[in-house]
Amino acid sequence: MTARPGRSDDARARWRQVHETGRYVAVLSVLFLSSCKPAVLDPRGPVSLANETILLDSLVIMLAIVVPTIIATLGFAWWFRASNTKAAYWPTWAYSGQLELIVWSIPLMVIILLGGVIWIGSHELDPATPLASSTRPLEVQVVSLDWKWLFIYPEQHIASVNQLVVPAGVPIHFSLTSASVMNAFFIPQLGSMIYTMNGMTTHLNLLADAPGDFMGLSSDYSGDGFSGMHFAVHAETAEAFNAWVKATQADGPSLNRQTYPDLATQSIDTKPFTYRSAEPGLFRAITSRELPPGPGPRSGRPDSSVSPRTER
Amino acid sequence: MLGKLSWAAVPFDQPIPMAASAVVACVMFGVLAWVVLKGHLPYLWNEWITSVDHKRIGVMYCLLAMVMLLRGFTDAIMMRSQQALAFHSPGYLPPEHYDQIFSAHGTLMIFFVAMPFIIGLMNFVVPLQLGIRDVAFPTLNSVGFWLTASGALLVNISLVVGEFSRATWLPYPPLSELAYSPGVGVDYYCWAIQISGVGTLLSGVNLVTTVLKMHAPGMTYLRMPMFCWTTLAANLLIVAAFPILTATLAMLLLDRYLGFHFFTNEAGGNMMMFVNLIWAWGHPEVYILILPAFGIYSEVISTFSGKPLFGYRSMVIATMAICILAFMVWLHHFFTMGAGADVNAFFGIMTTIIAVPTGVKIFNWLFTMFAGRVVFSTALLWSLGFMVTFVVGGMTGVLLAVPPADFVLHNSLFLVAHFHNVLIGGMLFGCFAGYTYWFPKAFGFRLHEGLGKAAFWCWTIGFYVAFMPLYVLGLEGMTRRMQHYDVPEWRPWVLLAAVGAVIIMAGIILQITQLVVSIRHREELRDDTGDPWNGRSLEWATASPPPAFNFAVLPTISSEEAYWDLKQRAIQQSLLSPEPSYDDVEMPRNSPTGFICAFFATMMGFALIWHIWWLVGVAFVGAFATFVVFAWRDHDEYVIPVETVARIDRANRAARTKVLSRMRAAR
Repeated sequence: MTARPGRSDDARARWRQVHETGRYVAVLSVLFLSSCKPAVLDPRGPVSLANETILLDSLVIMLAIVVPTIIATLGFAWWFRASNTKAAYWPTWAYSGQLELIVWSIPLMVIILLGGVIWIGSHELDPATPLASSTRPLEVQVVSLDWKWLFIYPEQHIASVNQLVVPAGVPIHFSLTSASVMNAFFIPQLGSMIYTMNGMTTHLNLLADAPGDFMGLSSDYSGDGFSGMHFAVHAETAEAFNAWVKATQADGPSLNRQTYPDLATQSIDTKPFTYRSAEPGLFRAITSRELPPGPGPRSGRPDSSVSPRTER
Repeated sequence: MLGKLSWAAVPFDQPIPMAASAVVACVMFGVLAWVVLKGHLPYLWNEWITSVDHKRIGVMYCLLAMVMLLRGFTDAIMMRSQQALAFHSPGYLPPEHYDQIFSAHGTLMIFFVAMPFIIGLMNFVVPLQLGIRDVAFPTLNSVGFWLTASGALLVNISLVVGEFSRATWLPYPPLSELAYSPGVGVDYYCWAIQISGVGTLLSGVNLVTTVLKMHAPGMTYLRMPMFCWTTLAANLLIVAAFPILTATLAMLLLDRYLGFHFFTNEAGGNMMMFVNLIWAWGHPEVYILILPAFGIYSEVISTFSGKPLFGYRSMVIATMAICILAFMVWLHHFFTMGAGADVNAFFGIMTTIIAVPTGVKIFNWLFTMFAGRVVFSTALLWSLGFMVTFVVGGMTGVLLAVPPADFVLHNSLFLVAHFHNVLIGGMLFGCFAGYTYWFPKAFGFRLHEGLGKAAFWCWTIGFYVAFMPLYVLGLEGMTRRMQHYDVPEWRPWVLLAAVGAVIIMAGIILQITQLVVSIRHREELRDDTGDPWNGRSLEWATASPPPAFNFAVLPTISSEEAYWDLKQRAIQQSLLSPEPSYDDVEMPRNSPTGFICAFFATMMGFALIWHIWWLVGVAFVGAFATFVVFAWRDHDEYVIPVETVARIDRANRAARTKVLSRMRAAR
């Protein structure tokens, strides 16, 4: 301690202050991250967990090259500013074979690494691949309508609209189609989305680790009622799920070829409800277009051939 | 008589479009009245509207882009404010209006801002850089511009008469089919894009031919400035990709007008075909926009670092590699369609491979600055802003190219943030850099630097404030095109994004101010020599603004940096190269063909949209007759006499000699 005591105290005080501020920032950011963690980064199932892992891995791989590049850009520009007389100036320097080699190989190596991630990830996380599990998957048939979601439980012979109830810990196999225009089925916290298209069936396998409520939505714009096309997802314990099935089977309207066209007409912000029964083969009838695609808009200003408007 | 058109098509009951169109109409008639009353009409007609001079056409393209930018930005600010208000509330824009706004925003920004801006700069600069007097097909060039303007006009007419598309900027069927969009909106979209698409294709043919076939003596391919190379690549892409767009929309139109079933739900139609085809055009389109911007940065960074571009040949290879790879990645726009693991993985990897040549470009700009003397002019600031911003956008782009990551980010605001990151931070910053850089060449005076820098900072900060929250929102599962929402976690970020849009608006206001102030102080900002930035390529070898014939005598090129070498020799010897022997110059005559063709094209588009079949016939005959009259004309060139050529060139030489003697005195 050769320095004068006053200065050393000063320095220590300043250091303590910096330290305190640092801890404050760290605590704050942790609080921030844990309290409002974005849905995609808050996975509640194996698929979304894998999605997130790949997303973060790829991000880290690229940040390793992006951050130095940004720093170098700003650093070079500043150091070699015209007013800096200390900086070198090589007015004709425009080629260096060794540098060119490095310049090509850095991004190339990153991409080779990332290419591996992509190849393996795409295969492991193909939405159509069944999840590894000893439990038999629950079958759910999904139909996107204008502008609501229909979930048919073929084994339970029930259906629900804008509300999806599933047992936690059980893999769910979704078969999806659309009654009219394209949509995408997406539950951010459970993972991978998939398009729904009329006359076609897409497949998706998801699993919720534990009971919980999640947001589900359409993530492909489908017209005027698109913004209201979200649904609540309830992952329940096996008992609660069975109880829900029982209760649903006891009450409500029934879904069949006669009542379906009514459901298929355009409507906005539909409240969730359930069907006591769902006619077998309805999903197949929709995908095979045996049941005609949903009708478009009916009324408008001044007539539907100029500017159709949806009825609310 | 008038097909579907009636007074009911005008939305008298909707105050917002009525007020907006009233303002637009007032401004338009105001400008028109001013032009007529002040007697500027003959000047406008002779010097601009009928001009086939590539410089004039380039300027008009850029002007169109800037005006449309204001319109597109108005849409943007309406979207941001709607989303800011529409939490647990319907906001102030009902879905049928909001949906038109984001569809119009995308359509305008890509087709009528980005495209004309970039084509305008290419048109203006490339012949000057190649050391030639005009493009290969001057009248075709004019036709191309006016057809683009015609498309823009149709989009804007839809504001007042009928409606615009509500099926997004890429109208995916079956939503865009007659069954789900029976209104005229999709027809407005289709015909506007068909007409302007032809214009773009003509421009592409013209510029490809120009770069490939027309050079000053000694200007070999590997001596062309980088901007010419990127122009070549972008226009090759235009020639290859735009016919796909035209064909795809033609199929959609056949579905809508004649009951075909290419993409319908019924009768074997397949919407996946449309999605594939539109992106087979759509992805190359991205590179059509960004490659010329890369060219601009190459010019700007090299000039303001006082050094040649580092790794020129590498840059050429990278550019042409991107040009080819651009066609092999379209499927990454719909990984979530269920194509299967092999297909997704292939296209994912192909997409990331594009990051290699792009990365090389970034590093080469970096090493161009290395050991240079970096002058922080406005144009360079835009370029630096680009380099920093674009690597972020590129990184999130590669992230979206990883299929399992895309499965949770596709169509979300993360995607929206990504493409605005590369389009604003990449393409638009490039246009602004080019605008600042070449403005003195076009008009003979520089833009005000202080205001330019202020605008740069507003745009950059505004961009980060507006779009970084969208990345977060995307991770929070918020999807794009939401008219209202009720997730509380989204709200603060949506509000922050709206603040960003306001900061960007300040940037735009500063740019308008900059233009006005610069015009008023043009004498102080005057560029006498034609070389205000100590440039390196041939456009700086001629006067600002360049004479109609660009170069009195075509320069002979002997190196990669034609003008720089010429200039160094002159400085060393303190003497300009000896006066060349002048000759008469033949230049193409002006022609109203483009304007008249576009007039009929607009008429035809409007008639087709409203099913006014007789008018379709009249307009078609009119356009064809215009073409016949043009094709049969006898005199297509006029002569600028040798005295005029010599007088103009001697004036420029005198200005440059003065600079040389000043330099000698300083030494």
